[in-house]
Amino acid sequence: MTSTTAGPTYRAPRRLGGGGPRPDNSRQIASRERGRTLRATAFLIPALAVIVAFVLIPAILALRLSFTDASGFGEASWIGLDNYVSVFSDPATVRAIVNTMLYAAMYGPLVIAVGLGAALLLNRKDVPLRGFFRTIIFLPFVISMAVASLAWGFLLDPNLGLIPYWLGGLGIRMGDVFASTTWALPAVTAVAIWKSFGYFMVIFLAGLQGIPRYLYEAAILDGAGAWRQFRAVTLPGLRSTMTFVIVFAIIGAFQAFDQIYIMTQGGPDRATETIVYRIYTDGFRDFRMGFASALSYVLLAITLLLGLIQLRVGTKREKDLE
Amino acid sequence: MTSTTSSSARVATLASRTPRRGGSAVRATRVLRQFGVVPGLLVFAALTSLPVLVVVLGAFSPESEVLSWPPNFIPSRFTLENFDGLTARVPVLLQSWNSLVFAGVVTASALVLNSLAAYALARIEFRGRIAIFTVLIAIMMVPFQALLVPIYQMVSALGWVNTLAGLVIPRAADVAGIFLLRQFFITLPRDLDSAARIDGAGELRVFWSIVLPNAKPALLTMALFHFVGNWNDLLWPLIMTSDSSVRPLTAGLALLTGSATGVAPYGVMMAGSLVAIVPLVVLYLIVQRRFIEGVAMTGMKG
Repeated sequence: MTSTTAGPTYRAPRRLGGGGPRPDNSRQIASRERGRTLRATAFLIPALAVIVAFVLIPAILALRLSFTDASGFGEASWIGLDNYVSVFSDPATVRAIVNTMLYAAMYGPLVIAVGLGAALLLNRKDVPLRGFFRTIIFLPFVISMAVASLAWGFLLDPNLGLIPYWLGGLGIRMGDVFASTTWALPAVTAVAIWKSFGYFMVIFLAGLQGIPRYLYEAAILDGAGAWRQFRAVTLPGLRSTMTFVIVFAIIGAFQAFDQIYIMTQGGPDRATETIVYRIYTDGFRDFRMGFASALSYVLLAITLLLGLIQLRVGTKREKDLE
Repeated sequence: MTSTTSSSARVATLASRTPRRGGSAVRATRVLRQFGVVPGLLVFAALTSLPVLVVVLGAFSPESEVLSWPPNFIPSRFTLENFDGLTARVPVLLQSWNSLVFAGVVTASALVLNSLAAYALARIEFRGRIAIFTVLIAIMMVPFQALLVPIYQMVSALGWVNTLAGLVIPRAADVAGIFLLRQFFITLPRDLDSAARIDGAGELRVFWSIVLPNAKPALLTMALFHFVGNWNDLLWPLIMTSDSSVRPLTAGLALLTGSATGVAPYGVMMAGSLVAIVPLVVLYLIVQRRFIEGVAMTGMKG
């Protein structure tokens, strides 16, 4: 916008040595470069100080802690890999890891399916009240998981809740899902799906908008039905959105904590204990900080692995494009 | 983008089949589908808003009606007694203020520190910027939950437990925010800075009066995400505070669930929940377009 006032003739050289009208000598170049490095450092230092102090250093400290029997009080002694051995041999901890994976296996596909479903419904131009529906469906994104957990706990309460009451009207008897070792984990997963499918819907809506209309027109001309259009046009068109969304959903699932803390406290019989829930209880309730740090590193390793997969798929896609 | 070539190839294979023209049957199914969409959306919207409606109605409903069976969704009379019960158990005004200060200060400092860092990474060509950016991307993957134990120990050693400093300073800048802003800053045309530099503007002037005013959507998006995320956060304030007078509201309310003897005081919890969600719901309704475009912006980077 404002660039027009400068005009092309007065444009400063973008890079040094870019062939400006007056030749710079090498000392000037060096001093200018030093100046830029200095200015960049000044801009970066405040943020980098925080990140080094509260991400990088803790990451190193957590690694060191994970090889000790630290309790948060007194001296900790070095116990080598013992904590890691316990993480993978203690049945309760293994169960927490398996629970987290089951949670991710339910959450990932379902939140994506529901989010995509909502996006497909809302992407149609002929739907009345699209704005209204979009507002409502995205609303849970701003509701805290703590409040969502209280509300869903109430709705599902077998003695008070609307959902058991309505299902009872349909002849379906519903017990206390949070007291059932089978149903408690799906129930806490469902709350997370409720809270975030609107977020995925919005990302899918953006992806759907990027699919050119003529592809659908061509498909319709060929007599492709709704399902065939979805398979041949929509899904391939959403491929890049999909890779982002899948990894994002799974990484998020591995951090599940809030609704478990509020609704089940890990129960019944450890059926809803997750990795982060165990980091919290081991580290801050039972003061097994060394053990909690080892479990933290397991979480870190899983997350980095997922991130690497995303990076891999992403770069492969860019190469395919070229 | 990427997939247009492959999908158009598939459409081409479709085209080789015998073409059919839409007759009245097709039009009938189209009308049917159009009307099928609305009930589907109504179910979505009803199920989505049900927990929010339950909180709003339950907060104003007498405890006896909250605990009645069959449940009555709409109370026979509206009352404020749950709010009295709430203030008797939790210093709700103080904790709301704590939440506002915690989320507000984190957001403000992240706006300043992240945008400064993002500016350097996006607009200053200095040696080592690619290296720094690469390290930052690797750090972005580290979940904060994995660092809770050492961060707590550091905050505790500094004497910051139960203080605003302990809640805010570890979050004063963050890689995800820097990344979001940097991605936006690099899209701004270079000619903007060059023009200002010709006029003798220094780096800080270019940052403040050229880049920032042109990056309002990204700044607003980041601010909204930080404010909402911190206002709603549970685990962090749960660990960094134990004194209920410095606790933010979300962590304060979480303790209500444990404080009840026998049946949980649902009406009181609904009242507390309502207090916790009203500010964000109002904010959301005012700037919802920005919210939704912001989410789409974060999705684009993949």
